[in-house]
Amino acid sequence: MEIDAAKLIGAGLATVPLAGAGVGLGLIFGNFLAGSFRNPSAAAANQPTMLLAFALTEFTGLLGFVVAMLILLNVF
Amino acid sequence: MIGLKAAGPMDQFEILPIVPIKIGGLDLSFTNSSLWMMIAAGAIFAFFFAATRGRAVIPGRIQSAAEVLHEFMADLVRGTIGHDGMKFFPYVFTLFVFILVMNFFGLIPSIPGAPHEFHTFTPTSHLVVTFALAMLTITIVVVYGLMKNGLGFFKLFAPSGLPWWLYPLLVPIEIVSFLSRPISLAVRLFANMFAGHIILKLFATFVTMMIGAGGIFAAMGIAPFLGAVGVTMLEFLVAGLQAYVFAILTCIYLSDAAHAADH
Repeated sequence: MEIDAAKLIGAGLATVPLAGAGVGLGLIFGNFLAGSFRNPSAAAANQPTMLLAFALTEFTGLLGFVVAMLILLNVF
Repeated sequence: MIGLKAAGPMDQFEILPIVPIKIGGLDLSFTNSSLWMMIAAGAIFAFFFAATRGRAVIPGRIQSAAEVLHEFMADLVRGTIGHDGMKFFPYVFTLFVFILVMNFFGLIPSIPGAPHEFHTFTPTSHLVVTFALAMLTITIVVVYGLMKNGLGFFKLFAPSGLPWWLYPLLVPIEIVSFLSRPISLAVRLFANMFAGHIILKLFATFVTMMIGAGGIFAAMGIAPFLGAVGVTMLEFLVAGLQAYVFAILTCIYLSDAAHAADH
């Protein structure tokens, strides 16, 4: 019973990476916007890079989701 | 309600056999996942067949749509791999359109009362499917990289122009980062689709719960309903974006393989 409770707590703690992913995504989009207001003509060319950074940052948050799922689905 | 089978947010991911096929110990059943993949492939075929049938100089509506899609991906491939990378264009384009259509089809509402096997299903919300696609990409990267550069492909793990003492540190990091590529590619797409659909169904469940509570709560059910509408719009964005991200990462990995010996 205690192990089940500990698993639920662990799964909850595994969602903490979402905070980091949120901060990172905010930084990416915010800085992209700030940069594109300064130089609108260069914005379109850098959009793929921005989306790539978005994808890589998002993955850190998703890893937390995967860890939570691994704990909840009793993989270990 | 109207004879709806009560469904939790996880029931939508259940794989159900439609035509059970068992060969030896292998389960090769034709499932709802296979059905929706075939519907996606059929829809793509029908769309491009209709778009390219006329081949008019002044394109009609459907031909313009196909041309926009084609140019969008061609620019991406040309921009990331270069002109000699256009031989990968058919692969990247197929991958992009297939993932895009599979993602979008999961957002079509099911017909109420339809058998469970025929409810709308997102094949990309299963790790098996996305991991197969990711491994296909990585296999192409490794095979093409070795074919084009020979053993020079392994320079990918040891970029030149660094102080010698950095290499013992850098090479393991580069190897781990290369090995994590298929995992990150697969998990990103899977987790986005999976989590998005759970949120969608949770909001929908809130609506039915509020209506079930009756009275003032039934009127308040409009709030989660509007939330569900918003999440659906967000999911359309995510579906397109994740297909694009998968394609762009495929392009970048292919470009790594094509230019491994250059640096």
